[in-house]
Amino acid sequence: MSACLEIRSLSALLPNGQRVLRSVSLAVQPGEVRALVGESGAGKTMIGKALLGVLPKSVRIIEGEMLIEGEELSRLDAKARRTLIGARTALIPQDPLTALNRSRRIGPQMTDRLVRILGWSGERADKRIRQLLDEVQFRDPQRVLKCYPHELSGGMRQRVLIAAAFAAEPRLIVADEPTTALDVTVQKQILRLIAELQRDHGTAILFVTHDLGVVAKISQKVSVLYAGKVVEEADTAALFAAPQHPYTRALIAATPRYTDPYASLKPVDETVLAGLTAEIAAADKAWRPAHG
Amino acid sequence: MAEPLFSVRGLKVALPDMTRKPLIGRAPLAEILKGLDFDLPKGSVTGIVGESGSGKSTLGRALVRLIEPSAGSIRVEGRDISHLSEAELRPLRRDLQMIFQDPMSSLNPRHTIFNIIAAPLRQNGFGDRLKERVAEALQRVGLPRNFASRYRHELSGGQRQRVGIARALALSPKFVLADEIVSGLDVSTQAQILTLLEKLAAEMGLTIAFISHDLSVIRRLCRQVIVMREGRIVEASATDALFDNPKEAYTRDLLAAIPLPEIDADWLRLPAKAPA
Repeated sequence: MSACLEIRSLSALLPNGQRVLRSVSLAVQPGEVRALVGESGAGKTMIGKALLGVLPKSVRIIEGEMLIEGEELSRLDAKARRTLIGARTALIPQDPLTALNRSRRIGPQMTDRLVRILGWSGERADKRIRQLLDEVQFRDPQRVLKCYPHELSGGMRQRVLIAAAFAAEPRLIVADEPTTALDVTVQKQILRLIAELQRDHGTAILFVTHDLGVVAKISQKVSVLYAGKVVEEADTAALFAAPQHPYTRALIAATPRYTDPYASLKPVDETVLAGLTAEIAAADKAWRPAHG
Repeated sequence: MAEPLFSVRGLKVALPDMTRKPLIGRAPLAEILKGLDFDLPKGSVTGIVGESGSGKSTLGRALVRLIEPSAGSIRVEGRDISHLSEAELRPLRRDLQMIFQDPMSSLNPRHTIFNIIAAPLRQNGFGDRLKERVAEALQRVGLPRNFASRYRHELSGGQRQRVGIARALALSPKFVLADEIVSGLDVSTQAQILTLLEKLAAEMGLTIAFISHDLSVIRRLCRQVIVMREGRIVEASATDALFDNPKEAYTRDLLAAIPLPEIDADWLRLPAKAPA
């Protein structure tokens, strides 16, 4: 069976010639959650954007392939690519308020995609959305459908977007820091929901986050990104049991743990950062773009 | 226990509720803080934790009198500052400093780092030897002297937060309010800033109110903790006691909701509270 998502040696350049993605390869198998973890500027969001075809104009992809269920995106024309992405993938964004149209009620915003992109009948879309709102534990889906985004709390809005993401039965969901803006108790509810729906629907998820705590709880596989380069790739359990790369070890040691205040929150060692810089420089020196 | 720097009794704050403002006329008041009692001992770091809407930032702003309480008292070394006028507050301001969450918006983009740190020194009559004083302030937070000529956009997030700390400490205040100062930073930078603050607090004998939503960070830094919810104190105690033996269900829920960076297959299976 082919992977749900496969990215092969993806590199992207800024206008000044600097590589922002450095031969990134990763795969998400059907029904699996892969975490993509890194600090700000690591390029996590860039990968999601490249996949969905919404990179800023200044960023140029110069090599690499992206395959969704074995179909290579660059071989498709723009329309076919949009259709494929629309039908097989969905996005759960970080900030639900910017993702929702503030001047429209929740109901039509959620059914629109099913009707216009997937060609469902209004009735079928309505039924499906109500079912999903029920699955994300709204007591009164009917009321939610009539609300405007501002009438819901942050956690409720995120649940709406999770329901919308799963509604069309995508094979792959890109979740871009979906709980970063939420309080911890709400974050836990949302992570549980995502995990439950993911399991029940067999959806593959690329879960972008900066939080190793979230990685430990939600994912089975993990890719650690630094400066646009995957520095370590492992089963999540193995990564926490025996992190291989010095940067991964430093990142785990820097992550706060209230159970162990003095063994955690360790500043990243200068030698680790120097090692990373050298590693990136060596990779850049050895790198020759595939297409000249 | 040390004599308190702050002694707060029956503190209430009411602010206009803009969501209920009529088209014409004033917004009705909503009570944000509903009667708080606590002390901040001299030279101690107190964590104030709560989720959004708990009133923790409002409490911080009341302590440094950016807002006026509607009832109760805030005593600093015995003197009630809760209703002092702006003119009466001015001489106290140098002792009550603050560091904010987002140094990007709290540092003036058109001023050099030198001017940002020098401003409070000038205003408080330390206009002489400014160059030296600014260099000292930078050195204290681990930044090189030549950063004085830079602008905020030339600095990384962690460096900006160091400037925020340097500015707050330039006048050797008695009290520093730190409101979510590491929540916008990457974990590697966050650890550096906390280590720095820990060191400076000990060296300068600072009294700090450290507002955060992150209990892990609070455990590391603070000697006592105040847990807030909906404008009230849920639980307040010494840090180790709170973490080892939380008395209130809400505190236990908060702790249980923190995803620790370790594998725990049961974590997502445990019933979370039913959403509304």
